[in-house]
Amino acid sequence: MPIESVFPRLEALLPHVQKPIQYVGGELNSTVKEWDSCDVRWALMYPDAYEVGLPNQGVMILYEVLNEREGVLAERTYSVWPDLEKLMREHGVPQFTVDAHRPVKAFDVFGLSFSTELGYTNMLAALDLAGIPLSAAERTDEDPIVLAGGHAAFNPEPIADFVDCAVVGDGEQAVLDITEIVRAWKAEGRPGGRHELLLRLARTGGVYVPRFYDVEYLADGRIGRVVPNAPGVPWRVAKHTVMDLDEWPYPKQPLVPLAETVHERMSVEIFRGCTRGCRFCQAGMITRPVRERSITGIGEMVERGLKATGFEEVGLLSLSSADHTEIADLTKGLADRYTDDKIGLSLPSTRVDAFNIDLANELTRNGRRSGLTFAPEGGSERIRKVINKMVSEEDLIRTVGAAYGNGWRQVKLYFMCGLPTETDEDVLQIAEMAKNVIAKGREVTGTNDIRCTVSIGGFVPKPHTPFQWAPQLGAEETDARLAKLRDAIRGDRKYGKNIGFRYHDGKPGIVEGLLSRGDRRIGAVIRAVYEDGGRFDGWREHFSFDRWMDSADKALAGTGVDVAWYTTRERSYEEVLPWDHLDSGLDKDWLWEDWQDALEEVEVDDCRWTPCFDCGVCPQMDTQIQIGPTGQKLLPLSVVNK
Amino acid sequence: MQRIRLRYTKRGRLRFTSHRDFQRAFERALRRSAVPMAYSAGFTPHPKVSYANAAPTGVASEAEYLEIGLADFRDPQELRAQLDASLPTGLDVVDAVEVRTPNFVERLEASLWELRLPQVGAEQAARAVELFLAADEAQVERQTKNGLRIFDARGAVARLEAVAAQAGVGPVGESAATSDVRTGQACAILRLVVRHATPAVRPDDVLSGLRATADLALPVPAEVTRLAQGPLDEESGTVTDPLALDRAAAPAVPSETAVEPQAAASA
Repeated sequence: MPIESVFPRLEALLPHVQKPIQYVGGELNSTVKEWDSCDVRWALMYPDAYEVGLPNQGVMILYEVLNEREGVLAERTYSVWPDLEKLMREHGVPQFTVDAHRPVKAFDVFGLSFSTELGYTNMLAALDLAGIPLSAAERTDEDPIVLAGGHAAFNPEPIADFVDCAVVGDGEQAVLDITEIVRAWKAEGRPGGRHELLLRLARTGGVYVPRFYDVEYLADGRIGRVVPNAPGVPWRVAKHTVMDLDEWPYPKQPLVPLAETVHERMSVEIFRGCTRGCRFCQAGMITRPVRERSITGIGEMVERGLKATGFEEVGLLSLSSADHTEIADLTKGLADRYTDDKIGLSLPSTRVDAFNIDLANELTRNGRRSGLTFAPEGGSERIRKVINKMVSEEDLIRTVGAAYGNGWRQVKLYFMCGLPTETDEDVLQIAEMAKNVIAKGREVTGTNDIRCTVSIGGFVPKPHTPFQWAPQLGAEETDARLAKLRDAIRGDRKYGKNIGFRYHDGKPGIVEGLLSRGDRRIGAVIRAVYEDGGRFDGWREHFSFDRWMDSADKALAGTGVDVAWYTTRERSYEEVLPWDHLDSGLDKDWLWEDWQDALEEVEVDDCRWTPCFDCGVCPQMDTQIQIGPTGQKLLPLSVVNK
Repeated sequence: MQRIRLRYTKRGRLRFTSHRDFQRAFERALRRSAVPMAYSAGFTPHPKVSYANAAPTGVASEAEYLEIGLADFRDPQELRAQLDASLPTGLDVVDAVEVRTPNFVERLEASLWELRLPQVGAEQAARAVELFLAADEAQVERQTKNGLRIFDARGAVARLEAVAAQAGVGPVGESAATSDVRTGQACAILRLVVRHATPAVRPDDVLSGLRATADLALPVPAEVTRLAQGPLDEESGTVTDPLALDRAAAPAVPSETAVEPQAAASA
């Protein structure tokens, strides 16, 4: 049965909304397939505004992987802004995909990628607009399977009421495996309805279906245990790991929007995973082991991607891009290739200790020399030992000195506030560091006209990290500490004028903390916030702390637990954590030891250049570190190709 | 440096492209199709592109113009086809001439617009047009960045007429899906010629003027398309081709050098 486009009805609403171009689709390299030529159909959502969601690499990769397959189609949908949402409700226009403007409810699978927990209310808005019941228990065979992925899915319990299933880890192979299961079930005439389909997915051991797990609570509010309640459903659900990145050179044809978006560049993921072992970093913990893309594989992706897009900038993405074993050859090779085309290179994440000025010079050879960004994360040597971010102040000063000496005039430094064991003293040390940076810059350049910006936000403890047991610092305490730091910086006569100070207040962090380490009881809070009008919680102008707190008070009444219980409470070794049955590969005992090491200020090295320290991932997931060097070089592209 | 003037369209759903969006898309299309652009001097060189008089966001157009500077010679027609293939359908490059005459922007004296008014009867529209044309002036308001402005929308109108509506025929370039839903409904069509004056009078200002002078209310938003812009023939009220002068000034036989750079590259 063909599905009608909602575009004619949507079109009449577009003259009345802001930036209508974001809703019309037609991006370069987007794909529209015949509905009837496909038997498995995915609607993929990044639950935020188009301008943020479109450049998302995860969605772009899965969109292409799925659309490349015969008989499979994937279309994209994003959160609509409140102005359009209101009109859609008035005129009965459902949540639509931007590709062919098909209603989301008509698809087999509705997959959402959560990089952050702050997208949960947007998911509810999309489900509601789509005409899909918010509660998974109320869905029928007419509704798509609602599937969550992305980093936030490593603790899907707060959204367990709303999603039918969740997948943790790399999505490339996983979406194809799920597609085959859906296809077979449909071909058999949908035996047993969605219950049977979900059961088949759950039994693979790689798809978490919340309804097949019962959560039992203790009298004090903690979890007693989480038990499978259907035959053949495993006790723990494993994450997915793609081992050879060169086999998955996606996106091959990145989407190029007409509307302006947050990242306008050709992005290539140069490696996945990170074993630096920063204890606050969920991404680094859950994406192990490190798997590099080869220098030649990267070169091919850049070449093909630039041709397909016309972008002027190449972003070499990873969790710590300067750590690629062939980063020097890679950046030099790319800069050489694209000198005449005025293509700029960027490394979004660089560590101070892996950075050197040759690298920086290659990066800016073809483009602007705007600013350098580093993330020491902690102000004092002591706190950096606690978080295992082992960059010394000397490294930092030496690096920024070289940068200022080579023509940079602006350095940005990122920090966190509220780290475990942190005191005012640790945070005030940030001011000293910034002053030393300016002093060094003045010394090297002989001018006072240089800048350093300190950017700081509250730390949120995350599941599957050594800090998953840690108490989060309260919003008021965070704000008080940030105020002291601000005064210390602004009050400095000699350097204060040259130091910018940007900070995020503690309140959004408390909501993020509640959602990050929440359990199934938090679902009622999310729903209450949504019903009270909560949307776009990642946007300052839409976020309401009071709404979250009021909704939590109401929704958690009578449970014996509250926001503080979820956020500022320290957990003990024996507590069953809401995400324990989702297997990231990390050995819980190793995480606990690492937490104890943190408290004792003991550092752990990187297993890429020291022996394995038994985090558990490789043996548990049957994976291994995949790094170079390959010894290959990027040769100049032939003239004919240009 | 060779300079080329291009005419392009904003059709169908891509009429929601803002001018900034179009600029980005066009400059990327130049890169994808490896057009040998001339760059501005300076610290951050920009490709040399000048845009003339862009239609507002949400308004379709058959007649937008821009001019590009090339570092290397290209045949205008090949370049046109190449850029057209590189842009999404709806943003179509439909004409190209080599620049041989100055003062192009001054030549864009007026625009011809088509306004489709769904759910408005043809007679109702014709009466409103009569009343509007009979008025000496039509004061309208528009919200601008600098606050509410009040100005006359009548003076700049060189011609306005209600033309017979054809059932089931969508606006120029509109996708079939868009026009289908309108089939069977009344839809008045206006043809409007407006002089490019200051302050600029846009089609929606004239619609405001129709409401002010003739009480014409629109149940749903009008669909507006710029059909042409160029020199205005005051007597007939017609808008002529602004590229005609460049075409007339071109040598009789087109240059053959266009293929040579390619041959050199592969040699």
